[in-house]
Amino acid sequence: MSALKDTAKSAMQTAVRLTPDKWLPGATSDPLMHKHGLLGAPVSRVDGALKVQGKARFAAEVAMEGLAYAGLVHSTIARGRIAAIDTGAAEAAPGVGLVMTYKNAPRMKAPALFGTSPSAAGASSLPIMQDASIHWNGQTVAVVLAETQEQADYAASLIEIRYEVEPAVTSFEMAKGRARRPESILGEPAELEIGDAKAGLAGAATVVDHIYRTPRYNHNAIELHAATIVWEGDQLIIHDASQLVNATASTVAGVFGLKDHQVRVISPYVGGGFGGKCLWDHQILGAAAAKLAGRPVRIVLSRESVFRLVGGRTTTEQRVALGANADGTLAALIHTGVAAMTTHNACPEQFTFPARHLYAAQNIHVAQEVADLDMLANTFMRAPGESVGTFALESAMDELAEALKIDPIELRRRIEPEKDPTSGTRFSSRNIVEAYARGAEHFGWSRRNPVPRSQRDGEWLIGMGCATATYPYYRFPGATARITLNADGQAIVAMASHEMGMGTATTQAQAAAERLALPLENVSFEYGDTALPPGTVAGGSSQTASIGAAVIAAFEELVPALLQLAGNDSPLAGLKASEVEARDGGLGKIDDPQSHESYASILSRAGRKEVVAEAKAPMPLEMQKYSMHSYAAQFCEVRVNAVTGEARVSRFLGSFDCGRILNSKTAASQFKGGIIMGLGLALTEETLFDERSGRIMNPSLAEYHVPVHLDVPAIDIIWTDIPDPHSPMGARGIGEIGITGVGAAVANAIYNATGKRIRELPITLDKLL
Amino acid sequence: MKPFTYERARDPNEALRLVGTDGGAKYLGGGTNLVDLMRERIEAPERLVDVTRLSTEIEGKPDGGLVIGAAATNTALAAHRAIREQYPMLARAVLAGASAQIRNMATVGGNVLQRTRCIYFYDEASRCNKREPGAGCDALDGFNRMHAILGASSACIATHPSDMCVALVALDAVVHTLGVEGERSIPLVDLHRLPAGRPDIETELKPGELITKIELPPPLTKRSTYRKVRDRASYAFALVSVAAEVDVTNGKVRDARLALGGVATKPWRAWKAEEALRGQAATEPSFRAAAEAELVEAAGLRHNEFKIELAKRTLVAVLCELAGVAT
Ligand SMILES: Cc1cc2nc3c(=O)[nH]c(=O)nc-3n(C[C@H](O)[C@H](O)[C@H](O)COP(=O)(O)OP(=O)(O)OC[C@H]3O[C@@H](n4cnc5c(N)ncnc54)[C@H](O)[C@@H]3O)c2cc1C
Repeated sequence: MSALKDTAKSAMQTAVRLTPDKWLPGATSDPLMHKHGLLGAPVSRVDGALKVQGKARFAAEVAMEGLAYAGLVHSTIARGRIAAIDTGAAEAAPGVGLVMTYKNAPRMKAPALFGTSPSAAGASSLPIMQDASIHWNGQTVAVVLAETQEQADYAASLIEIRYEVEPAVTSFEMAKGRARRPESILGEPAELEIGDAKAGLAGAATVVDHIYRTPRYNHNAIELHAATIVWEGDQLIIHDASQLVNATASTVAGVFGLKDHQVRVISPYVGGGFGGKCLWDHQILGAAAAKLAGRPVRIVLSRESVFRLVGGRTTTEQRVALGANADGTLAALIHTGVAAMTTHNACPEQFTFPARHLYAAQNIHVAQEVADLDMLANTFMRAPGESVGTFALESAMDELAEALKIDPIELRRRIEPEKDPTSGTRFSSRNIVEAYARGAEHFGWSRRNPVPRSQRDGEWLIGMGCATATYPYYRFPGATARITLNADGQAIVAMASHEMGMGTATTQAQAAAERLALPLENVSFEYGDTALPPGTVAGGSSQTASIGAAVIAAFEELVPALLQLAGNDSPLAGLKASEVEARDGGLGKIDDPQSHESYASILSRAGRKEVVAEAKAPMPLEMQKYSMHSYAAQFCEVRVNAVTGEARVSRFLGSFDCGRILNSKTAASQFKGGIIMGLGLALTEETLFDERSGRIMNPSLAEYHVPVHLDVPAIDIIWTDIPDPHSPMGARGIGEIGITGVGAAVANAIYNATGKRIRELPITLDKLL
Repeated sequence: MKPFTYERARDPNEALRLVGTDGGAKYLGGGTNLVDLMRERIEAPERLVDVTRLSTEIEGKPDGGLVIGAAATNTALAAHRAIREQYPMLARAVLAGASAQIRNMATVGGNVLQRTRCIYFYDEASRCNKREPGAGCDALDGFNRMHAILGASSACIATHPSDMCVALVALDAVVHTLGVEGERSIPLVDLHRLPAGRPDIETELKPGELITKIELPPPLTKRSTYRKVRDRASYAFALVSVAAEVDVTNGKVRDARLALGGVATKPWRAWKAEEALRGQAATEPSFRAAAEAELVEAAGLRHNEFKIELAKRTLVAVLCELAGVAT
């Protein structure tokens, strides 16, 4: 975003803040937030049965006549040019129909980079297979189409390439030397100073000031990235595994010089997204090859290819300096640092975001830089920024509590802010102190001995730690919902949104049923297809709110339409939309149980099969008026082997404050999943990026260690369930917050167990010997 | 994967005949290692000869030892009653390896001959003397956290990854083979070679030579165990492992058989530690001295230096546990 736009944005924010609540569309409370019935109930996911029966068709399983399978060749150098490429043997191999390289690929525009417009989805802005240049080690340099996957893979192995190597920046140390300050960090200023933090730190009674490091991590959703692609005339159809269908369609259209409506993206099931299932080179290469070959193409990345062409969480080096006054309040909070990035992507890893909103301090300084490397574009990965940012910040808080000799929860209570410490806005709803108190009680925090290394069970040292988790509330503009209500009293709510396993289809059906006062089995939610009204990205834990706001808008259109159809012969005759509510499968006058008519009756009397209402959600002004965040207190008990240094988490509890919980079953799964991913971040996962070659050396699940069952202890989840008065359904995001704070909770527990403070993830046993 | 032919042998002689000696064929056990390597294009045999229908028997010998058919699965081995009772370290070692699914497929013969997990060996784009003699070794200055501190050379620092073999070398297992020159037997500890200048030559086996069975002498004592130290609680290769059998009488170590895994270029029999222990008081200081003796020649690199201390500590802890000495 340009500096000019930043200024315009902040002027708008100020204006919004001064506007009274009732003038803001969407900023008044959703009446649904206090309803108890379907909302919050532990409804099992609607697609569960299909999935366990293997009947849910994923992108790599869509049947199609005459399919060709794609095999890929990846570059083995980080930067340079293809000097010579010999595809002869591959072309002659059995079953091969086409070998595509930069020499014969169709001419395509570079994808529009994510963030440059609401409909841009490109993970990188580099042109794809348009010339001989190589930009990262692993870039796709050839695509082979064959009758079977095995033939394609074998033929791909026969392609011989000679490279002209050019000097590449593949060392973080080297890149750091010329780190730059980006224009903004996802629309927020890259640097922010309140007061004089340096002076505040210098004058503080107690200071902790350390560097924290986090490594690269890779996306390893169980479903491999895949697309089945067909051209029907000048229409392009992509069956994708996607968490942003509309932006993908629009960006791919731009690449091929088509109109948006000429590209349809369909993605009903996604086997894990986490920020990784966006638009990467493979969908575009698959579409290009399909065009060239004149037949449909299936492109399924191997696990190795996922590592080579789908980015992950980038490496960071962060400084957190905390200066405390004698009473435990903060004189200074400094959080600065640098993340590895490229010149052609837009993901600066917003690790300073938590420090902007969590704590009261007299002086605050946050600043982020990026260091450009010749590498695969890094990307969003579950709570980008907040996951690794809370590792640094919340480890530092623990260090400060230790230095001040006060309980870490008590420290956080003392620095609880009254309003947002950097924006100055009010919090929409913030109950982190309560979440800590309840979490501490459930977890048995009082049994923790603050003296490190004081609890032991044979060889095992035992410790407890806690940390704050936080993730912003987002609601993205542009979501449009359509409600179709038919004469049988069935409702279909539709939007081109996404189900990556979170339970979207289930929760939205629950919410719509509650809103329409219909039984759950009468309501279905359609999604995952750009032929439906447009949705927003399933990212930033925003989707539930984004859909919710659009459904409210559509409902507000539906009610007057129904009243009009009801006409003068209805018990509702003469009532205005503001005088009625959805009740018992129809509309009824508020506070008058007698005046009611069912939807079925209204429609049949009007001689209508159905009524359709479609509306776009209002702009998410609530985000500017309030400081809106999800919170949690994370508690960890760890056992560290005194002989070998092995660290095993033995108990974990997350106490969440995320507004209203809409489905207690799918929500608990989201929280647990986030925590488990956090255990990987804390203890086992690390992408081995060889800085000599810029090559990822462990592109497999055998060597990239995600936690296995034995690494995951019993996890307890509790929540405040206090509705947020300013969000649809009273709910804030729950998808990403679970991973935040976990790194620090584990590190803090390890410190309590061993007396060793580890400031570099992952905390492998060699660091604890 | 390069196209290949597949045949299944009905008996050892047929297997030998089908494989031939031209180097173009490989025996196929469970395929859990070989097929992966074929997919990664590290191995590219033209013919596969399936040997999983050869002997899977596990039989007691009159002297109290055991004979294990090379096609016995890892799961069957670990579940076998005589093994659990007489050789607990072997059952534990097998169960500490891989995952249940892989163990169900993996055979004893294949486990012995599985190849290293060095990430540079697995990566076509990296230099590796094992794959291409004389090419150089990218692990030396690369990510060498998993690599060997014992038995390495400037040409190769890759570890032998097997857990099972660590227990087997401690137990004095003998490998029986059938080759073009007939049957022979080789102590397992001599089967794998140190890399020296030729890391591509990994064992003493001749082209086409088939492992038919593995023989175990009677155990020294039933007090044996296997301890594996790794980065996650399951499904990870050993950073350090220890197989140990100790006979302690009247507070003295009468005899011990020890081996280390995860630290060496081959399953590592800890002869020096055994020597240092024999006749010593069964106390922590003598265990520590034995561990020190074994690791005198250990050499660490940038990322695996920690294994030296870790190996010593693990060895001492295991000895203390077996000897019933409190730590
Ligand atoms: C993800 C993963 C994790 C793993 N983790 C561990 C671990 O933690 N610990 C561990 O010890 N192992 C581990 N393994 C390795 C596993 O134990 C081996 O893959 C397995 O034991 C090999 O047995 P196989 O029968 O499948 O061998 P194959 O793959 O069939 O064969 C391996 C080699 O042995 C040769 N061969 C097979 N049988 C004979 C014979 N009778 N005579 C001569 N040559 C023969 C083959 O030609 C081939 O060269 C892991 C493997 C994987 C994939």
